[in-house]
Amino acid sequence: MTVAMTYDSKALYDELVANKLIIPTSVKGVFGRGAVFEDVLFHLNSKISRIAENDGAEVMLFPPTLDRKVFEKSGYLKSFPHLAGVVFSFCGSEAQHQDLVCCLAEGKPWAHTQTMTDVVLTPAACYPVYPSFTGTAPEQGRLVDMQNWVFRHEPSSEPTRMQAFRIREFVRVGTPQMVVEWRDMWLARGIQLLRDLGLPAESDVAADPFFGRGGRMLAANQKAASLKFEVLVPIISKENPTACCSFNYHEDHFGSSFDIRTADGAVAHTACLGFGLERICMGLFKHHGCDPLTWPNDIRDLLWG
Amino acid sequence: MEDQIRNILKEHGRLASDAATLADNADLYQAGMTSHSSVNVMLALEAEFDVEFPDRMLKRAVFGSVASIRAAIEELTAA
Repeated sequence: MTVAMTYDSKALYDELVANKLIIPTSVKGVFGRGAVFEDVLFHLNSKISRIAENDGAEVMLFPPTLDRKVFEKSGYLKSFPHLAGVVFSFCGSEAQHQDLVCCLAEGKPWAHTQTMTDVVLTPAACYPVYPSFTGTAPEQGRLVDMQNWVFRHEPSSEPTRMQAFRIREFVRVGTPQMVVEWRDMWLARGIQLLRDLGLPAESDVAADPFFGRGGRMLAANQKAASLKFEVLVPIISKENPTACCSFNYHEDHFGSSFDIRTADGAVAHTACLGFGLERICMGLFKHHGCDPLTWPNDIRDLLWG
Repeated sequence: MEDQIRNILKEHGRLASDAATLADNADLYQAGMTSHSSVNVMLALEAEFDVEFPDRMLKRAVFGSVASIRAAIEELTAA
């Protein structure tokens, strides 16, 4: 007899902790990853590499810190001021250092001793790449393969909503037709991969979590124009499945912000897509159990074969 | 009301053409208004007319032309 799957956010979190897949900290949405979790994530990421291996993407890796000027130019603060993480540091004198140490010792606020630096925490894996595209793209456009830790300030005890997580990302630059065709190809690949991994994946048109009432309008516009799709898998809820892959068509947003042009001189269009590596791993643990040695053979072969 | 709407569009809409002479039904997005500038237009309209757009009105079409904005404001101020 098949037992119906039940979904419970806290139960999943507790199970991941009990099986040493994740290591809790005192901050919501921030936890360590254990060896088995990392092994699954590594092989999942490698599987994505195999799917993409003949696409000819150029690999570019950036640290999880982004040039603040690029961040400001990207328009992120117009849309997501509540999710951003800006890096501050101590740049003061010895006397100000004394003030800092005293505040700490006395349990007083010490934010006034900190100064904004030239970097922010990377908010989305693709952001560091756009300045390198400035200029004219080749005839066939550009295709880049990236991965990064990204930061979102959204503390939550729900395991799939993390403050820091890894995204395997691909970015396409070209004409609108090139970019949309590429996005649609990967949307099909993403659904297929997750279904091959035994996950009940479905795609849907989606919207970003824009800030405020104006944000509701931006989200409605984004949905109406079908600019964002997600591949969703039920992990903590059947009714509200979790986005495991995201496909974003930026139209000419980054092209005009960073002066990127196609070979014919028009403003280039861009799209990016990301696989939420931790979320897919959690989906696998949820649907197949916390011990990968007991997973169905075809799924093990797909990842470790 | 019409002049107030057109002034707000001039100030916040980032239109390529003159907001004062745009046709009533001209598409404001075609005229250069971006999603972000439409948000600024929406917030300025709320301040000017002392109204709050309900969620059902926070969508592209409502802010797509002078005529559609006027219809929305009239509906909100009629009550």
